[in-house]
This record gives sequence, structure tokens and C-alpha cells, in this order.
Amino acid sequence: MATEAATDIQKAETSNVATVPEQTRTGPVYSPAVDIFENDGSITLLADMPGVRPSDLEIDLRENLLTLTGRVTPTGTSNESNVLREYRPGTFFRQFTLSEAIDQPKIDAQLIDGVLRLELPKVAKARPRQITVRSG
Amino acid sequence: MLVRRVWPSRPTFEGSLSDFDQIRREMLRLLDTATGDGTPEPGAGVFPPLNISQDDDNFYLRAEVPGIKPAELSISALRNRVSISGRREIPREHERVSYHRKERPEGAFNRAVTLPVEVDPERVDARYADGILTLTLPKAEQAKPRQIAVRT
Repeated sequence: MATEAATDIQKAETSNVATVPEQTRTGPVYSPAVDIFENDGSITLLADMPGVRPSDLEIDLRENLLTLTGRVTPTGTSNESNVLREYRPGTFFRQFTLSEAIDQPKIDAQLIDGVLRLELPKVAKARPRQITVRSG
Repeated sequence: MLVRRVWPSRPTFEGSLSDFDQIRREMLRLLDTATGDGTPEPGAGVFPPLNISQDDDNFYLRAEVPGIKPAELSISALRNRVSISGRREIPREHERVSYHRKERPEGAFNRAVTLPVEVDPERVDARYADGILTLTLPKAEQAKPRQIAVRT
């Protein structure tokens, strides 16, 4: 079960530099922490993206490559001076390769309190089917 | 419970990364810093990461606390100390699910910072939006800078 599940969704290999496009905007790029789990009907992805407004989040899916890009708009006015700085607003970026078993038009995304919840329903033929054995 | 880490790396919860992974990340971070493309983060290595800035009237404290309901945050201010505590819970999925990845941290946290001057605790304003907590802490009247006119 575990090995079969692992082929459904994988992190795109970061060593493959040619497929990871460079950002045109300068600034730090972070890889958001994600939880990914699946049940019989769907795969769910949760990602922490603090500071990203729903309008600044792009979810792109083409040729089974899922790309999440969230931009953080720095808050505060220009006449503030820093006292302590532990994080820098930047861009959240991460890519995953999806298997063909995803029903792409039915994907649903919600961004609440800086956490993205992405539901990736499996196509009907990929769901396991219970087969009842008749007796007699 | 969260503990202060010796190495100043990206804030994490205790146990959320294996020690080897932590060492590997730390080595990469140091190499990045040495070659100049890294972004050294002088954080205390605890959750949540804070940014504090000031202008003449206020301190502004911003914390990255994604997925925490404002009601679950406890914020207190006394003189020049501000503390934020809470607990980040990730709801269990009730259905039968199998996890592929579990990277998002959860647990209790508690941070206290000492500001350079006293603030007025009665007028502290707290806002929460998109996973960022913003506290506006007005400086106490006696702590505000005064313009002194030079007489000729």
C-alpha cells in the first residue's frame, strides 16, 4: 500500500534544475511545509503559507506538474525601523508531480488563515472497488 | 513543548525533523551564507518567528502563526514585556487516510520578548490575517521621543 501510494504524488526533484524555473522577482523563496495524505477517494495537500492572501496564490496544473506559488506582500509602512527580524517575507514555491489518477477539473482549493487545503479527487477508475463474492 | 535551539535555523517544533536532517540543513545554510546567496535568519530558532519594528509612536510585532485561530492565542503585555503563547493543533482526519508527508509542525509554544521601552498595555491592538498576527504596541507617553527646539 505504501509503495503504491508513493507513486501517486511526489515532490518534483529539485536536483533537476532544468525543470525548476527561476523566479523573475528577487527575494527569498521558501518551500512551504506540507502534509499530504490520501484516502480511497482523494489526495489532500495542506501547506503552510503565512502572509499569502487568496488573491496572491497561484495554483497551476499542467501535464501533471502541480505548482504552488504564493506571494507575500510585505506589511508595514516605510517609516518603520526594524528592531528584531527573524523572518523575511518572500515567495512560497513548491512543485509536485501528480499521477494521472487525479480528476483534474474537480480539484478544490481553500486558503484559510495562511493554510492551503487542496483536494485532489481521484478519477473513478482509480478508486479501489469492493468485490463481493457470491456464494452458491 | 518547544525548546530553544542552539543553532539559529528556521524555527521548528521539537521532533519535527530528524537530527540528521537538521544538521544537513544547517550545513547547507552555512554554505549558502558563506557564498553570499543565503538569507541568514538571526532567529531564536523557536516558533513562531517574530519581526519587530518601530516608529515614533508604536512598536509593531508580527508573527507567522499559520492555521491558528485567533481565539487560541494568548497575548499579554506588561510594561516592556510582551508574550504570546498558544497551541497549534492539526485536526485529525477522521477517515481512513494514509500519509505521504507530514511536515507541518504542531505543539505548544510560548514566546516572550522584552522591548527597549515601556508600552501602554491598555492600548495594545492585535490583528490576525492570513496567518500573520500583528500587534501594535503604543509606546508609553514618557518613553516617546521628544523634539527639542534649539533657541537662538
